[in-house]
Amino acid sequence: MNDKSKSITPTAPPPEVSSAHRKPSAKEQAWEKNTLQPTLEKNPERQAEFTTISGHPIRRLYTPADLPDWNAERDLGFPSDPPYTRGIHSTMHRGRLWTMRQFAGFGTAEDTNQRFRYLLAQGQTGLSTAFDLPTLMGYDSDHPLSEGEVGKCGVAISSLADMEVLFDKIPLANVTTSMTINSPAAVIWAMYLAVAEKQGADWKKLSGTLQNDILKEYIAQKEYIYPPEPSMRLVIDTFEFGVKNTPKFNPISISGYHIREAGSTAIQELAFTLRDGLEYVEGGMRRGLDVDQFVPQLSFFFNAHSDFFEEIAKYRAARRIWHKAMVERYGSKNPRAWALRFHTQTAGCSLTAQQPYNNVVRTAIQALAAVLGGTQSLHTNSLDEAWALPTEFAATIALRTQQIIAHETGVTNTVDPLGGSYFVETLTNEVESGAWEYIRKIDAMGGMVAAIERSYPQREIAEASYRYQMALDKKEKIMVGVNDFVSEEKHLDTLQIDETVAHRQAERLTKLRAQRSNDEVARRLNALRTAAKSSDNLMPFIFDAVKSYATLGEICDALRDVFGTYEEVAIT
Amino acid sequence: MPEKKIRVLIAKPGLDGHDRGAKIIARALRDAGMEVIYTGLRQTPEMIASAAVQEDVDVIGLSILSGAHNTICPQLMALLREKGMNDVTVLVGGIIPEADIASLKQSGIAEIFLPGTSTQDIIEFIHKRIAR
Repeated sequence: MNDKSKSITPTAPPPEVSSAHRKPSAKEQAWEKNTLQPTLEKNPERQAEFTTISGHPIRRLYTPADLPDWNAERDLGFPSDPPYTRGIHSTMHRGRLWTMRQFAGFGTAEDTNQRFRYLLAQGQTGLSTAFDLPTLMGYDSDHPLSEGEVGKCGVAISSLADMEVLFDKIPLANVTTSMTINSPAAVIWAMYLAVAEKQGADWKKLSGTLQNDILKEYIAQKEYIYPPEPSMRLVIDTFEFGVKNTPKFNPISISGYHIREAGSTAIQELAFTLRDGLEYVEGGMRRGLDVDQFVPQLSFFFNAHSDFFEEIAKYRAARRIWHKAMVERYGSKNPRAWALRFHTQTAGCSLTAQQPYNNVVRTAIQALAAVLGGTQSLHTNSLDEAWALPTEFAATIALRTQQIIAHETGVTNTVDPLGGSYFVETLTNEVESGAWEYIRKIDAMGGMVAAIERSYPQREIAEASYRYQMALDKKEKIMVGVNDFVSEEKHLDTLQIDETVAHRQAERLTKLRAQRSNDEVARRLNALRTAAKSSDNLMPFIFDAVKSYATLGEICDALRDVFGTYEEVAIT
Repeated sequence: MPEKKIRVLIAKPGLDGHDRGAKIIARALRDAGMEVIYTGLRQTPEMIASAAVQEDVDVIGLSILSGAHNTICPQLMALLREKGMNDVTVLVGGIIPEADIASLKQSGIAEIFLPGTSTQDIIEFIHKRIAR
């Protein structure tokens, strides 16, 4: 920590949870006594306690008594005005629908390029790239550890040559592209920028999102390569590079999605994600970047799980927390830094392998929550994803689900239709307050990197995930088709990816290494190694290496030489 | 003489880091009275086979969600045979297409548990298989 971090002020206390001091009106009390009690005596409720999927208690009825200190103008405000409870744009989905951005990637760059062009032809409005595990871990397709994994969970990208094929005939100047890549994010981004340059696209106008959220990798998804400190440096390098060169590109998508998929509660997802966000903001400030200049480029990514209102409350609370933190912790003066923009993906972990067509219904309800919560961008999962990557048939239904919500249901006709609901406002307050409690705890530990090093978020998530599994095993929570309403199964045709993908990739790499100038590659990799030992921004060096057709594996290895690798303490 | 605890190695092979399932199983088996060793992430078949020998386990539980099962499982089974671990029960949990189940069982995998399996079913399977 250097001097600049001292200017960061502690966070203000959270708002009180209103239900703790409920004072029901005389009429409400009379209703409880004369109407409710006799009913309960005659017909007890189905359960002693009702809770969200996260285990958060829910009352029978919400009334003005739940919002005693609530002030509509202060706590709700107006869309595009602080505290952004109602959304970040004044006309929200009346003005512009969310971006329908389906995550896609499998096999070789050719296979995925074809799927991209199919999705665009079907009316999708943005691209989102899934990379395979070797690419995510910074290994070339022909590395021994890549065996069996090439092209399986996403597309295999080992060099700029692959990236050129991936975006062939897709004009990057006109399409926004999201790339789900973290530890090697700087390298993949450099490849993307190189393709854009070759296409003649102006970097200043390029728009898209790099996931690049390494903190949630240590916390949840576990695709890390380097230790936290050099990893954070790489992330801040991309911020600094982005502010100067690609002002419309989001260099990061601070992600709760994977935290939730790892089994967290909604409050944990929100708290850990926003605390990660604060860690990145503070990292940028320590680098000397101006909060009001770089924070507007930071974007977020949340899960849309099955508990409808809890999810909506989560998105609304997220915007309020971010605004408060930017203004009160960092003294931001730029409203663009206060407004939290987010992408949403429906919950992969809620999909069932059993009776897979039910997943269409789950996904539709989850997507609706994201839309009502004011999302800027949305991915809907396909019905077959508990088995494999989606077929074209399944992916089409998933996209159609969004189009039905957008064009048939009428939910886009008005901004924040649930605003002012006693229940939704109370739940928003409670989720916000629960998240602030976690944020303060992590502040007290010395920040997120320190908390990760003592496995704090990892342990909290593991506890929540085990609690939920036990609730399923005891049938306290129901998953239709899994622990209740079980029926005979019909066979489902799924996408198969065979080993010919790995062979084609290996051949392409052999050819690449024979055709390029290996002296030039070695020279640029050495320059990168030297820069990594200094405090220089590594983006220009990575970009140079990429342009010489150094492979992803070679570039990541050069950084492994300097940074070393990270091993987590495994907790169970 | 006190009953010897069933010893289980829970392993996460391949490059995938999604360890939610592996961690739940490790804890559920431990809560059911078994001795559980969790390897942590990104174990090669060689590392898993060596750990199994060293820890002298009765059961190996592999968590695989990435689609690499057809490569990993036969390699591990061959290594276990080489090391003389013919009695060890190898279980797989995760995302395994129906079409691959028969060939995995043929390679020596005792059982495959698909998404949605309760921890109780796995515990019962192990108890039946390793009757002491």
